Amino acid sequence: MKSLIRIFAVMRKEFLQLSRDRLTFGMIVGIPLVQLLMFGYAINTDVRNLSAAFADEADTHLSREFMAELSASQVINLNQRVSSVQELNQLLDAGSISIGVYIPDDFDRRIIQRDRKAMQLLVDGTDPIILGVAQQLAALSITFDSQSNVRSDPSLIEVRNYYNPERRSAVNIVPGLVGVILTMTMVLFTAVAIVREKERGNLELLINTPVKTPELMLGKIFPYILIGLIQLIIILSLGRFLFAVPLRGSEVDIFYVSLLFIGTNLSLGLLISTISKTQFQAMQMAFFILLPSILLSGFMFPFEGMPVLAQYIAEVLPLTHFNRLIRGIILRGADMMSMWDELAALAAFMIATLALAIVRFNKRLD
Amino acid sequence: MIDSEFAITSRGLTRHFGSLIAVDNVDLRIPAGQIYGFLGPNGSGKSTTIRMLCGLLTPSAGSAQVLGMDTRKESEKLKQLIGYMTQKFSLFEDMTVRENLQFISEIYAINRKLRKSRVDELLEKFELTDRIKQKAGSLSGGQKQRLALAAATLHKPKILFLDEPTSAVDPQNRRDFWETLFELAEQGTTILVSTHYMDEAARCHRLAVLDRGVKVADGSPRELGENIHSHVIELSAEDPDLARAALSGEANIISITQLGMRLRILIPKESNNPIEIVNSRLAQASIKADVEQVSPDLEDVFVAVTELRKEKKETKEVIAA
Repeated sequence: MKSLIRIFAVMRKEFLQLSRDRLTFGMIVGIPLVQLLMFGYAINTDVRNLSAAFADEADTHLSREFMAELSASQVINLNQRVSSVQELNQLLDAGSISIGVYIPDDFDRRIIQRDRKAMQLLVDGTDPIILGVAQQLAALSITFDSQSNVRSDPSLIEVRNYYNPERRSAVNIVPGLVGVILTMTMVLFTAVAIVREKERGNLELLINTPVKTPELMLGKIFPYILIGLIQLIIILSLGRFLFAVPLRGSEVDIFYVSLLFIGTNLSLGLLISTISKTQFQAMQMAFFILLPSILLSGFMFPFEGMPVLAQYIAEVLPLTHFNRLIRGIILRGADMMSMWDELAALAAFMIATLALAIVRFNKRLD
Repeated sequence: MIDSEFAITSRGLTRHFGSLIAVDNVDLRIPAGQIYGFLGPNGSGKSTTIRMLCGLLTPSAGSAQVLGMDTRKESEKLKQLIGYMTQKFSLFEDMTVRENLQFISEIYAINRKLRKSRVDELLEKFELTDRIKQKAGSLSGGQKQRLALAAATLHKPKILFLDEPTSAVDPQNRRDFWETLFELAEQGTTILVSTHYMDEAARCHRLAVLDRGVKVADGSPRELGENIHSHVIELSAEDPDLARAALSGEANIISITQLGMRLRILIPKESNNPIEIVNSRLAQASIKADVEQVSPDLEDVFVAVTELRKEKKETKEVIAA
């Protein structure tokens, strides 16, 4: 009971102070606006080793040779074989592959008679870079060693663009931007909010009261959760009205996933605040997290196209996991529980950082 | 409480910051219900000692008991019983006077029904009622100080730690402030106040003189004056500068302080006829002056104990060399 009173006291204080800090208040609205307009246009790059799966219903010499040729291009990584086109669709929905190759059982006949499309590339078109890769693949002319009179060319390959038939990059950028903006503002705001109290001497007063460390931390975090949700709404509504980004998944899933991600970033901000002595240091550290988050999380470049080391680094960034979740839900209509491992990664990150922040935050000055 | 006579005791309290010894082996026995002063210049270790007693800093060595509780182990329990007013007042400057007090009342989890009346009572008592909607940052020094004191006493602490509470306020406010402190002490609150003002130190029931981390003297202001190791000579002259120059060569003089047309001269207790020492010097330079022996005040005490320590240190250094 007393704990609750104190948590609410800290919360109320944060709201009061926030409502009077016009600059911060402006940033809450300004950052999403500016970023959205800035990143509205995508960056293209060369990509290799996109994860892919194939369903080879023909399973003939020709089809195997064809798959080997696709593999040899090194653009996709065909290490997963499934038995049906339905399974390919499921893998695409869950976000575990970017490209699915489907070869029907009459592949040989189709490729010899050349009257119908002989195979399909099923592509997660939400990322324009991946779509570009699929089109390069489709443009390959493949000759077969076993039957030299037969040849596959672009006219026989059908590229099916899932999720983003209009090929608009904004579709991919906007959900990604949700994560980038939340990382930027949430980490920074909390980190600075505590360090500022340190600098102004308020903390010396606070730590001399019976307020407990977790009470102080939770009271500080809650108001920013609300702010994070406001930002989420701003970005998604703008994305909808300015860039016509579809919202295929459930709003409830988006809410939960974002809530978890906001909590993760706030904990990270708290941790930074316990390490830095000045607001400037706090900002530097926040940017230290932000830059790799933008570059490596899959926001700018497809995750699988990055070097292995970069992928490892990316896996410890919360934004990487959030990007997979939010893109999955918004663009592919995925159920959040189909990506439970990403949820678990975020939750683990949040608990670890919050615990570390509470341990590190010393109610002493030494 | 093991020893209810003393609100605060410490033994060998020491604190290092790297190679700097901020507080060096300080023993304290502070009686309950009194106003106890820490007198010392900036950097003498007053704030560091107060912070250690509040449990905000961990001592490098030694220990302290506040209300019978160890400041290392039981600092959280102590927080409910002590009030602390920092040098900078540490108010939330972007919040109004009422909001600041409201926040503090919630942080101390004061019963909801009593909260508002307690805040109102304090606003009234500290004459802040007409300022409730003003931001703390725009208050004057005196108003900030009153608000900080209101915040520090809101939960009715048994001990109040005040770290140079009057350094930013005018003399009238200082007088009023001390009136309030006496009222609090009468109601049973133990008050530990640090200051570098002699007149404030003189108002304390007891005080400790701190010099570069070391407690060089303690006792009531009267005791300190009586136990001073110097004679105090006051000299009035037409030209105090000339008189000062004439006296500067005298080895028996500990220090000379100018107060307008007067000089205040400290001479070791061992000298049998201090007035004669001064007069003979003045006669040599044929300067006319009124010379009389006076009773020491706190400033004399302060100068005497710190000069004495300086001399001892220098002697040691000479021997060492």
